[in-house]
Amino acid sequence: MFLSIKTPVPNDIPLELPLPEWLLVVLLIVSFLAHIVFVNVMVGGSILTLWGQIKGLKNKDYDVFAHEVAKTITVNKSIAVVLGVAPLLCINTLYTVYFYSANALTGLMWILIIPLVTIAFLLTYLHKYTWERLDDNKWLHISIMGLSVALFLFIPLIFLVNVNLMLFPEKWQSIQGFLSALTLPNVLPRYFHFLCSSLAVTGLFVVWYNKRKNYPVEEIYSSLTRYGLKRIGYNLALGASVAQFLIGPIVAVSLPAKGYSWGLFIPILCGVAVAVLAVRWLWKAVTGPKEDIDKNFGKIVLALTITVVFMGSGRHMYRATALAPHQKLVAAKTKEFQRLSEEARTNAANAKPVELITDPSLGEVAKGAAIFKQNCTSCHKEREKLVGPPMTEMVSIYENDPEGLKKWINAPGKKRADFPQMPAFAQLSDDDLIELSKYILSIKK
Amino acid sequence: MDFPMFHLDWLNDRFLIAVIAILHVIINHGLAVGFIPYITWLEYKGVKNAKSDEITNIEWDTLIYKKMKVAFIITTTIGAMTGVGIWFSAALVSPSSIGSLIRVFFWAWFTEWIVFVTEVVLILIYFLTWKNSNKSMKAKMRHIRFGWFLAIFSWITMALIVAILGFMMDPGSWHTTKSFFSGIFNPIYLPQLFFRTPTAMLIGGMFGLLLTSIIAKKGSEFRTTAIRYAGKWILFWTPFVLVAATIYWSVMPEAMKANMSTAVGTMEFELYYDVLKYVIISSVSLALIIAIWAVIKPKTVKVWMVIVPFVFVIGFLGIFERVREFIRKPYVIGGYMYSNLLREEDYPLYKQDGILKYATYTTVSEITEENKVEAGKNIFMLTCSRCHTTQGVNSITYVFERMYGVGQPLDTTSMSGYIPNMHVGRTYMPPFPGNARELNALSAYIKHVQQTNEPLEGVQVTGIKVNPKNSVTATVKMLEDKKSKKVN
Ligand code: HEC
Ligand code: HEC
Repeated sequence: MFLSIKTPVPNDIPLELPLPEWLLVVLLIVSFLAHIVFVNVMVGGSILTLWGQIKGLKNKDYDVFAHEVAKTITVNKSIAVVLGVAPLLCINTLYTVYFYSANALTGLMWILIIPLVTIAFLLTYLHKYTWERLDDNKWLHISIMGLSVALFLFIPLIFLVNVNLMLFPEKWQSIQGFLSALTLPNVLPRYFHFLCSSLAVTGLFVVWYNKRKNYPVEEIYSSLTRYGLKRIGYNLALGASVAQFLIGPIVAVSLPAKGYSWGLFIPILCGVAVAVLAVRWLWKAVTGPKEDIDKNFGKIVLALTITVVFMGSGRHMYRATALAPHQKLVAAKTKEFQRLSEEARTNAANAKPVELITDPSLGEVAKGAAIFKQNCTSCHKEREKLVGPPMTEMVSIYENDPEGLKKWINAPGKKRADFPQMPAFAQLSDDDLIELSKYILSIKK
Repeated sequence: MDFPMFHLDWLNDRFLIAVIAILHVIINHGLAVGFIPYITWLEYKGVKNAKSDEITNIEWDTLIYKKMKVAFIITTTIGAMTGVGIWFSAALVSPSSIGSLIRVFFWAWFTEWIVFVTEVVLILIYFLTWKNSNKSMKAKMRHIRFGWFLAIFSWITMALIVAILGFMMDPGSWHTTKSFFSGIFNPIYLPQLFFRTPTAMLIGGMFGLLLTSIIAKKGSEFRTTAIRYAGKWILFWTPFVLVAATIYWSVMPEAMKANMSTAVGTMEFELYYDVLKYVIISSVSLALIIAIWAVIKPKTVKVWMVIVPFVFVIGFLGIFERVREFIRKPYVIGGYMYSNLLREEDYPLYKQDGILKYATYTTVSEITEENKVEAGKNIFMLTCSRCHTTQGVNSITYVFERMYGVGQPLDTTSMSGYIPNMHVGRTYMPPFPGNARELNALSAYIKHVQQTNEPLEGVQVTGIKVNPKNSVTATVKMLEDKKSKKVN
């Protein structure tokens, strides 16, 4: 009860969804997964580059490795951004009220995403294109990457805070800016879940990159072998995947119960089961004989893809369950609001135009006085300057020229240098103008 | 009403969108739509002018490649992110309008996205395979073909965006039929597209000229040739710009034209309409002068000579964009939604019951003598804050003081007399939606702001307070009442 009086029920946008809801959901999940894979290799790749370069201070080959990975970041990041537009569009459409509210509540940080990502991207270019030039100033070069990694690590946090906050309208009133939204209990576990998946995906990406037949490993590296490079990838994927088995349960426990349903366990458990298989194959690749290292690569990628699809669907189920009751209220209230609005519209259309409140004691200028009161008194007083000149001044100018007065009111010019321009009153009828000027000119100087 | 209100009390919310949008348009037009065909043309010239035993002249090719590299880096960082930034900032400042637009234009945006993905993939291919393509004639010609594809896709991206922007300026028949196609084919679409195309080419050429004068080695033969080509490119497109700008101008709906004079921001700029004409004429003539110079005396062109016309041409585009942003006041979606994010059709309800009753987030829902100022603050946030600040750009005290005397104490009666009529005289403002008590509360708040200089923070700082009339509790009760009414 206490909570529900603090939980807002806004009206939704009273326009139809552009396509059936289920289709939007499918589009959202598919496009989001495509986007996140590239985000993963972008974030993971930048971490790996930093690692490689630091290790490369001792062993030149790792510096080369870092350079090779760095070249891919700038490509992956472009694709990550452009693929992000579609899920953004879908989530905006499906969850307009929730998403935008979360954005506004964390507004400053949310809009900072734009300059922060831009800077991170510019830094990766700077880093990539100064590799030779800064060869004898390695630490400077590494710090550029360090800065860009720091940004790449921070930016996903902003997104997570938002997609998390949008799920809990009951918390909105307790939020004051980004930092307080960050401290909601489930944000950090979800963040680490994301980071580990980035590293796992990047591991597989490294394996694929180095196992391509036409990729001349021997020409590029002096001591690192194709096998060694692939092992880096497999090890990374293995370590990160195992870590997910620890973080996953924390995420599950820290999510508020309102989004849980029994059905949710089906995709999650299926995802876990397939992930176990993937980890087994990864283990075999790392520990097995050299020539068999790629034996299960296809299966690993497939298994992890299936896991990701399961988890992505689970994530969506949680969101749908969590918001369903609130969405129902929003829909009902929106309908009621539209009904009220319609009613008010009809009433207004049928209402008689408001009679001017006239003061009969003024005799024959009563109507003109009323019109003046309604339209002119915010700027004109009888004897003093307000926004425009006093009425007495009007009388001096137009005493013998009522036509000129009417003309001015209808389409004022610009006369006095230290006054703003007077708005035109083209909506007044000829009759009104006659009454009005009669009244104005009746004022005694 | 339905969304927490983000607000920047110094910068002004519209300003935030405008800065991001203008930066994006300049990069999009200047370094993508207008630049890619220019670069591809130059790459092709390199092949054509090469000696018979080489694929292209490597020195020339490297110069063109370097220019492309600058464009590549800028478009894939600042260009791409400001594109996303328009969404982010517009959704923050104007959530109801963006939310509505997305629903109507979902397919347009989706198509736009597909084209955009293609464009990004093509630019990656075009730039990253450049060096490799120099190995054989076949590869080089294919590479050039990719350049043309990329140019076409950049243009289509722009054409789609223009459709959507054009709609926002003049809704055509959309707001009676509310369908996608009636929104897209609005009367101003073709003139706008026709205006933007040569303008983009012109700016692309100016960027090219500037980059050449910076990058190319002084005194080298290629510098001379490249500068002359840039001059020719600009000369070719300038007449189209002039004709198109004139046509575009003349088809703008009359009502919007009337608004134009205040579009640049302050009313002192009433004569702005004329100024814009001079900006067009002078920037186009400056471009012509430097282009003719570049063709006749390419050797003498220096960086500083290019910078002035360059800045003018960018300014020309920037001003046009800014005007476009502002002339659709008082509407964000013409005829449907005012810039205070309230739908025109809901006005009778607000006039009847007041707006606070229907505001989801407000600290006051019943006005009393004690909470009047606080109530006024909420009303200001709901009805004026999308365009006015309390302390910064276009601040409410400034606009009132300018009317009633700078430094003079504001009078609540006069303000309450002015506000209900403000849309009549100042057509760029939407009518005040609230009832009489709310009007007085608003005036009291404005006076309070003048006396105390109290700043107004958005929800990103203060958080929200839910209106008990629009909480879950109230909604559940409303539904129960309705049900029991039906049963009885
Ligand atoms: C928004 C403020 C405003 C409103 C509302 C307004 N005026 Fe004015 N009026 C002015 C200003 C400012 C001037 C001085 C303009 C100038 O000199 O350029 C002015 C000037 C005038 C003049 C002097 C013209 C002259 O030739 O010097 C007359 C007469 C006049 N107003 C009549 C009216 C009438 C009648 C109404 C109501 C229908 C009205 N005004 C409403 C601001 C206003
Ligand atoms: C669509 C945006 C918009 C909204 C919403 C808006 N205004 Fe304005 N207002 C403007 C602009 C633009 C100006 C002109 C500023 C200038 O000329 O420097 C202006 C000017 C004014 C002026 C000075 C008018 C004059 O004649 O000099 C007043 C007073 C004013 N606004 C009050 C308000 C109040 C009160 C509200 C809320 C109830 C409001 N405005 C809502 C855009 C808006």
